Amino acid sequence: MNATDWECVIGLEVHVQLHTRSKIFSAAATAFGAEPNAQACAVDLALPGVLPVLNEEAVRQAVLFGLAVGGRVAERCRFDRKSYFYPDLPKGYQISQLDEPIVRGGQIAIDADGERRVIELTRAHLEEDAGKSLHEDYAGHTGVDLNRAGMPLLEVVSEPQLKSAEEAVAYFRALHALVRYLGICNGRLNEGAMRCDANVSVRRPGAPLGERTEIKNLNSFRFLDRALRFEMERQIALLESGGAVERQTLLYDAERNETRPMRGKELSEDYRYFPDPDLLPVEVSPALLADARARLPELPDAKRERYATALGLSAYDANALVGEPKRAAYFEAMLAAGADAKAAANWLLGEVAAALHREQADAEAHAVDIPIPPVQLARLLERIADGTVSGKIAKALFEQLWRGEPDGDGPDAVDALIESQGLEQISDTDALASLVANAIAENPGQAAQYRAGKTKLLGFFVGQVMKATRGQANPQQVNELLRQHLDEGA
Amino acid sequence: MSDDDLAFATLTEQRAALAEKKVSAEELARCYLQRIAADSGNSFITICEEQALAAARSADAAIARDGQTRLLGLPIAHKDIFCTNGVRTTCASRMLADFVAPYDATAVARLAAAGAVMLGKTNMDEFAMGSSTETSYFGPTANPWDAERVPGGSSGGSAVAVAAGLAAGATGSDTGGSIRQPAAYCGVSGLKPTYGRVSRYGMIAFASSLDQGGPLARSVADLRLLLGGMEGHDPLDSTSADVPPTAGAEGERASLKVGLPKEYWQNLRPEMADVLAAAVEALGRLGHKRRDIALPHTRFAAPAYYVLASAEASTNLSRYDGVRYGHRAAEPADLQDLYQRSRSEGFGTEVKRRILTGTYALCVGYYDAYYRKAQRLRRLVRDDFLAAFEDVDVIATPATPTTAFPRQREGVAADPTTMYRQDVFTTPASLAGLPALSVPCGRVDGLPVGLQLIAPHFAEDRLLALGEAFQRETDWHRHRPPAARDGQAP
Repeated sequence: MNATDWECVIGLEVHVQLHTRSKIFSAAATAFGAEPNAQACAVDLALPGVLPVLNEEAVRQAVLFGLAVGGRVAERCRFDRKSYFYPDLPKGYQISQLDEPIVRGGQIAIDADGERRVIELTRAHLEEDAGKSLHEDYAGHTGVDLNRAGMPLLEVVSEPQLKSAEEAVAYFRALHALVRYLGICNGRLNEGAMRCDANVSVRRPGAPLGERTEIKNLNSFRFLDRALRFEMERQIALLESGGAVERQTLLYDAERNETRPMRGKELSEDYRYFPDPDLLPVEVSPALLADARARLPELPDAKRERYATALGLSAYDANALVGEPKRAAYFEAMLAAGADAKAAANWLLGEVAAALHREQADAEAHAVDIPIPPVQLARLLERIADGTVSGKIAKALFEQLWRGEPDGDGPDAVDALIESQGLEQISDTDALASLVANAIAENPGQAAQYRAGKTKLLGFFVGQVMKATRGQANPQQVNELLRQHLDEGA
Repeated sequence: MSDDDLAFATLTEQRAALAEKKVSAEELARCYLQRIAADSGNSFITICEEQALAAARSADAAIARDGQTRLLGLPIAHKDIFCTNGVRTTCASRMLADFVAPYDATAVARLAAAGAVMLGKTNMDEFAMGSSTETSYFGPTANPWDAERVPGGSSGGSAVAVAAGLAAGATGSDTGGSIRQPAAYCGVSGLKPTYGRVSRYGMIAFASSLDQGGPLARSVADLRLLLGGMEGHDPLDSTSADVPPTAGAEGERASLKVGLPKEYWQNLRPEMADVLAAAVEALGRLGHKRRDIALPHTRFAAPAYYVLASAEASTNLSRYDGVRYGHRAAEPADLQDLYQRSRSEGFGTEVKRRILTGTYALCVGYYDAYYRKAQRLRRLVRDDFLAAFEDVDVIATPATPTTAFPRQREGVAADPTTMYRQDVFTTPASLAGLPALSVPCGRVDGLPVGLQLIAPHFAEDRLLALGEAFQRETDWHRHRPPAARDGQAP
């Protein structure tokens, strides 16, 4: 099998859980992690006689998304009933949008092998989430938790323009970053805030589209990547051995790393869509559009461009900072506190990233915030730049800041920490000169060898001075002074 | 006032008697509760003796303090389609035989806030699907004018309660004639308000785009009193209209142009035609001018209605699945078995018929031929009315083609389409969302005949003023059924 003989065609449907206080058609709360069914009101339970009332905030957030991706926001759209029976779907139908979605078209740019590529969107529509069926824990029965029933979702559907698992992941990441910049989703994949269905087919280059399969409910970048790779290889192997791909809906089993046909729900059934008579058509007024336009933040592409041109960051650094909205916000807070852009970028992508990774091995989780106030990290960088502390001492200080050791959140607490521990770098030439003289006097043998041409021994003397100052001596100065003194004595 | 006279007094008269302290709310409630207990006509599903007496006593206390709410101390009955907090709401179905809602329907809450005393919950066709109150899980209700005949439906229990002096007024719901037709068959007054006038929240859904709650009472003046206690915008019902209340603002007009659509008046049985012609003459004596008009799409109304109402119902009733509440099959083998048996056992024949019809109409491949075409016809029917109201102020028609038909005999298979044809004169105004009134206007073979008056959207004032004038000119609304005239419950 030669993968280059095959071309992959992938389209994603991503369910973005909107960031609203109450559900899309009821007043129940949307907080994550409540006791089962504690956040399900009469409307969510579909008791007799209750009616849905549209949450305007969900509409506003969908409009914001539509503007951000450059899609066409419908002036008027409507909701439809999608009927099927399942225990976690209390009404026996889901309220969704069939042929009048709130957003049509739009684009999302991704990085593909170092190049920017634009992926077209088909549409984005509003719908309600279903509850959860709990198949474990109930000895032969299935539990139903309706806390999630009625959560607002924006389903973002891409055109089938993604050509590899890498591109699909890049698209999912770009969308993940975008919705968080817009503040319309908390992005917590581990809580199911973004779930992805992938449509996959393979073909020989130039051939018509192959039969596709749909992999349901992928809730992490890693699972999306692995599921797509597995499925594409499965399809290629099938076709190369003379078989045919069957159109089916698959589930990805992360434990076994394989896809397999979905069971349980009746599939390929007729959903009997029709307009929901309980809800009026949604009018997106010019005022609402104008309001959304005014609320539109700086978008990732514009930010990336600004970092590269106005701040002089490398394309790599700009990308890395923008790819994670929290990181970009932190970066900008550091700049506001007076930090140098390049130094701030280096620290964020170096020390800070490493520390975050150490705290939370799962890089997709965004539960861990940087525990250091940006003004403090900015002050630390300032103290490195002005020579107050050495780079090495700064790293130790960084750990102290991370552990919250300074007294207070302000920048001056950093200076206080340096002072109280006496960590200022010794840059006083006279003081250093006598330390250097001592080191040479105490090690006459090594001095003689150095002078005889074994100049590598300079490091030995630097070490002696550093040891004597507990690392606080300014290393450049020490080097210079040592050379001077050793050469003089020659 | 004798107990009989008290029981057959209008709400308006009872209100005056309460204000003048000629009777207490408790005496009034006791009078009705005793009559209900002695009644054999099966018009109530649930009797709320304790709650009624408690509410009556608190009304008496309020009256003693000169309280003056609109319906203070007036005893009414609710159709068992309206959810009542703490009192079971069955919708006359085995499915909900034990269902107790944890909330009041908005109409119920508003009437209670206006001081009305709830006597109990009245019988109806199961889920309001029927025109005879024979599809009730709790058995049929007898027509007090002839116990061998049906009272009409689906609000048959409410119509009988008023006709037989078991309540001074009652709520009903009208989807295709369910208030007007039983009002006509039982010789009482009934109003289907404009769609959106009365909140649907808590009124168990049959066909959401058609369902409208409204009052039944002994006079049109009483309907006005009750409507004032039910109507108004409700944030819990997106389809409820934000319009001024029916406050008598338009008032009575000296001369209205009354349209007589030929599609309703031709081919009437001669006895019906004579009685109804006399009613039109009475309108003439009031100074109103008759105009012959055409509503050419009338014949499409009933078929379009049955497609649309069934389509909506098929999804509205999906929530009754045995999972969360309602009838649940014993010892289900699996999920499919739970669904199938719970619904097979919980629903009656007519409900199943409509679910199947509606499901069929929404299926891919049939949607265009049925649902979409019915929607088109609905628009044509509506446009007929809107065009007619360019020329006339009110439209007058027979409420039903015949008087009350005989009860179905056991073992005789009913032809559902015979019953569906009873709705030919009521479904058009339902499809158009127009307010329509049925007032008693005579009798044929001892059975009451109803005159239907239809007005433009939200012109209830005009409709009620005309009905009130008609009842000053005639006294059919004062006639009591024979059993009641003999001083015994029917």
